[in-house]
Amino acid sequence: MFGSLTNFDASLFDDLRRMQQDMEEMFGRGTWPTGIRAAARGTYPPINIGSTAESVEVYLFAAGVDTKTLDISIQQNLLTVAGERKVEVPEGAEYYRRERFSGAFRRVVSLPEDVDPDKVEANYADGILRIVVQRREASRPRQIEVK
Amino acid sequence: MTDKTDMTTRGSTEIGERSEGVQTLRPPVNIFEDAEAITLEADMPGVSKERLRLQVDQDQLLVEGEVQLTMPEGMEALYADVRATHYSRSFALSRELDTDHIDASLKDGVLRLRIPKPAEVRPRKIEVRVE
Repeated sequence: MFGSLTNFDASLFDDLRRMQQDMEEMFGRGTWPTGIRAAARGTYPPINIGSTAESVEVYLFAAGVDTKTLDISIQQNLLTVAGERKVEVPEGAEYYRRERFSGAFRRVVSLPEDVDPDKVEANYADGILRIVVQRREASRPRQIEVK
Repeated sequence: MTDKTDMTTRGSTEIGERSEGVQTLRPPVNIFEDAEAITLEADMPGVSKERLRLQVDQDQLLVEGEVQLTMPEGMEALYADVRATHYSRSFALSRELDTDHIDASLKDGVLRLRIPKPAEVRPRKIEVRVE
């Protein structure tokens, strides 16, 4: 079922751009332009975006976030999610590994042009923040009947 | 899958190795030790209690989980940072840890394991008597 997220529709964030990013990271500097709002790979929280005819679904893999710290806003087709994850540091403990992200985060993604910024819903479960943005009625595909 | 992390060795973060065939996600962890126990925290967003698997085999601790997302039918991917649904990471435990009394909790996709140290290996404060 998750498989559909790995079959790419090369419209917005295409494989080419991802490849460019990989190359840039490999060679240290890029000769191709990077998406102006693109975050470096490994940025917290990771995001997956999927689309259907009716809506655009954004999934943020944000484990352990207090939903009160979340600030989600949408301006036209630009979705911004900011928040903070506090990883508590117990007193007197000695750390061996600290790989978990701690602190404030902010991610901005551009969604397809036809999303309706007035119809957004968000919910948080099992560490996944899911934001569903409806597409405008007019731009949905319509079945045309042949008489 | 065979990539093991020693619980008590400090080291730089290795890059997750891709096992052949199925790609797995390597959850980032924090590991710390206090007087009573070693605590392991792992980020596994999308994993519910039912889809989490913890296994201790002798000195090896295996943490696994499956991501489940609510998705509408006919969804196509536009972008994906996360390209696998299976989390897996294993750890080499040290022998003195009490693996029969591991306390595990999962909240908002964060797994927290507390592996107690038996009383005899806990550090003892030695009082100096002043006469």
